Amino acid sequence: MNAEELQQIAAAAEEERGKFDYEVNVCMGTSCLAQHSDGIRDAIEKEAEGCGKRCHARRTGCMGPCAAGPMVLVEPAGILYGHVHEADAKEIVASLGAEPVARLDPQLGSYFEGQHFRVLENVGHIDPEKVDEYVARGGYEALLKGLTEMTPAAVIEQISKSGLRGRGGGGYPTGLKWDTVARVKGAQKYVICNGDEGDPGAFMDRSVLESDPQRVIEGMTIAAYAIGASKGYIYVRAEYPLAVQRLTVALREARRRGFLGYGICETTFNFDIDIRLGAGAFVCGEETALIASIEGKRGSPRPRPPYPAVSGLWGDPTLINNVETFANVAPIIRNGGEWFASMGTARSKGTKVFALTGRIRRTGLVEVPMGMTLRQIIFGIGGGVPDGRKFKAVQTGGPSGGCLPEEHLDLSISYDALISAGSMMGSGGMIVMDDTSCMVSVARFFMEFCMTESCGKCIPCRAGTVQMYELLSKICRGEATRRDLDQLTELCEVVGATSLCGLGQTAPNPVLSTLRYFRHEYLAHIDEKRCPAGVCQCGPPPRQADLTGTQGAAVEVHA
Amino acid sequence: MSAEPNIRTLNIDGVGISARADQTILETAREHNIAIPTLCHLEGLSEVGACRLCLVEVKGARRLLPACVTRVEEGMEVTTHTPKIDRYRTLVLELFFAERNHVCSVCVANGRCELQSLALTLGMTHVELPYQYPQLPVDASHPRFTVDHNRCVLCTRCVRVCSEIEGANTWGVMGRGAQSLVITDLKEPWGQSETCTSCGKCVQVCPTGALFEKTGATSKVRKHPEFLPYLRIMREGE
Repeated sequence: MNAEELQQIAAAAEEERGKFDYEVNVCMGTSCLAQHSDGIRDAIEKEAEGCGKRCHARRTGCMGPCAAGPMVLVEPAGILYGHVHEADAKEIVASLGAEPVARLDPQLGSYFEGQHFRVLENVGHIDPEKVDEYVARGGYEALLKGLTEMTPAAVIEQISKSGLRGRGGGGYPTGLKWDTVARVKGAQKYVICNGDEGDPGAFMDRSVLESDPQRVIEGMTIAAYAIGASKGYIYVRAEYPLAVQRLTVALREARRRGFLGYGICETTFNFDIDIRLGAGAFVCGEETALIASIEGKRGSPRPRPPYPAVSGLWGDPTLINNVETFANVAPIIRNGGEWFASMGTARSKGTKVFALTGRIRRTGLVEVPMGMTLRQIIFGIGGGVPDGRKFKAVQTGGPSGGCLPEEHLDLSISYDALISAGSMMGSGGMIVMDDTSCMVSVARFFMEFCMTESCGKCIPCRAGTVQMYELLSKICRGEATRRDLDQLTELCEVVGATSLCGLGQTAPNPVLSTLRYFRHEYLAHIDEKRCPAGVCQCGPPPRQADLTGTQGAAVEVHA
Repeated sequence: MSAEPNIRTLNIDGVGISARADQTILETAREHNIAIPTLCHLEGLSEVGACRLCLVEVKGARRLLPACVTRVEEGMEVTTHTPKIDRYRTLVLELFFAERNHVCSVCVANGRCELQSLALTLGMTHVELPYQYPQLPVDASHPRFTVDHNRCVLCTRCVRVCSEIEGANTWGVMGRGAQSLVITDLKEPWGQSETCTSCGKCVQVCPTGALFEKTGATSKVRKHPEFLPYLRIMREGE
């Protein structure tokens, strides 16, 4: 593969596109596919054939506004339709070249205002299973440039200059990580892509893998060149079957075009990638547990140091980055580190993909520049809280993060700002809660998650999460005392300080952040035996006689 | 061979100490009679850093570090006991006791139990956390030994000694979180295990009454984990 061949592929793909007057891109993300978007695409294709319009019905990845799905994007007019049904195919095809179908307007309002697509630049425009369409949009230019024009050190320099930080949650500077692995001596090195996304309410990595897998492969290949690795693994959850399927196809396609394998881009550089499926353990997102899992061992973490950079997979130097981190690599090499660093805040550069969920009008995948405020994301892009309810809190960072109240809505998104507010960036889940949520119950939910996902290796996490969960349950039931609250606080401190890996160390965060901002709710449960949000059943359970009475009444009503 | 470059000087609890570069904080401290409590650690086995009792303060480190796996470094300043660390250790110990059915008065290891001794030395007089009282099985199918999961602290010494010293790999861990359990083979009864050589090493290294030999009286249950370092040295000498 050389520059000319790359251009030829792109030109051929363009020519193929030129055969059509219209492109109807149908979202085939998990969410839209669950609503039979594949049937919609088939119907559109059939309809177009029937009426003789030169129209290409394309399968694409997630376009973002999942709540309005199934989504259809009509090009070149750039019209977006939402809530499309198979029956609408006729109308959509008829409207090509004419007035758009007003009835199918997704009513997205300001959803795309302020969003900036870098990681998601191709979604909605390419078929994730066709490598040539990726190439047509500038794909693999960065790999060619890196391999033929730059030294590994120059690649790392650009990544360092970009200020890119790990998108998996920790925010470790990516350039520094690459540099460390590159400096370690070793005949065999590995690159691992961490796609074990397990935070409740997070689906960024899944969407990226489903919509644009070639971008991740390109990022990994560039990383392998930079650090001197010859073998890569993508560790992805088995719960993401569509992502696994698209990745499998994408790897095969990339090999066919010579972007993977021996002598990539007519150089002496060899690299190939395999997929490893996770067996559904949250802790395997922790890098040492992930490595153990790939090795075929029980997925439990080990103390660091030695860090994977020195002794990782099978004891060899290993680079582990998150899906979104790798997805950011190709544009940086293509446009330079300064280009990437031109966006964002002083210490958090570029954009971040968030999965906006919960009590919010427009659920979906968004990509925003670092430094945007939570208010802009939740009320601008997300459209605020529905049903006239009042915003209460936003949970970021999954079970390791925390809940931020209304007074923090004007916080600019960056790694450091979120941590100082008691939460964290995490991998990008953003769960919005309104006044019908009880914050003690929310904390209990996350503690239950950590309790069941603890690997059981170290005692603070294994037994501490159980104790904390029981104390939180006790508070929810209205049976706790102030003494229990003190004990909970102490357990939070000890589990956070003494646990072996990140799971246990951050497990108390949801409790600590809710205690910080919603202490009055805890106290209402404890002192007044009352749940302010009306979620928990506080106080003694209803007497048996009352229960029989209610049941009787219910039977009468239904009869 | 010159040994000089491999020597590190450090400071533990205000005492200036020199150690080999490949030594851990724990090894160095014990050589100099500085007590650091441990449970999952056993001389002669690999380290897992799971019991968190040996956490120490190292100046400049962001977190507390496990002494059993942290190598000594030049100029390191280690503190093994502070009011905060002691409080953490006591609570961690409470977590151990409350997790399963550790009732000393009816345990075969009473008086010879490492968990019990730790409670005594660390001054853990009572357990404030509620006991979980899980329903756990006892497997007495083996002709000579018994495993009582109610007393297990999941230190995985049995797993390690079986794999690293005996090489039988009979023991393993199943389940996760609080549901973790040490098992023989694929959770077959111990007596029916085809890999077990009945060497009894696991029983000797078990710190509590979870693994014990079937004898006439509980007062006769004595464990001898001291064979391990000797065995290691003899094997390395070969």
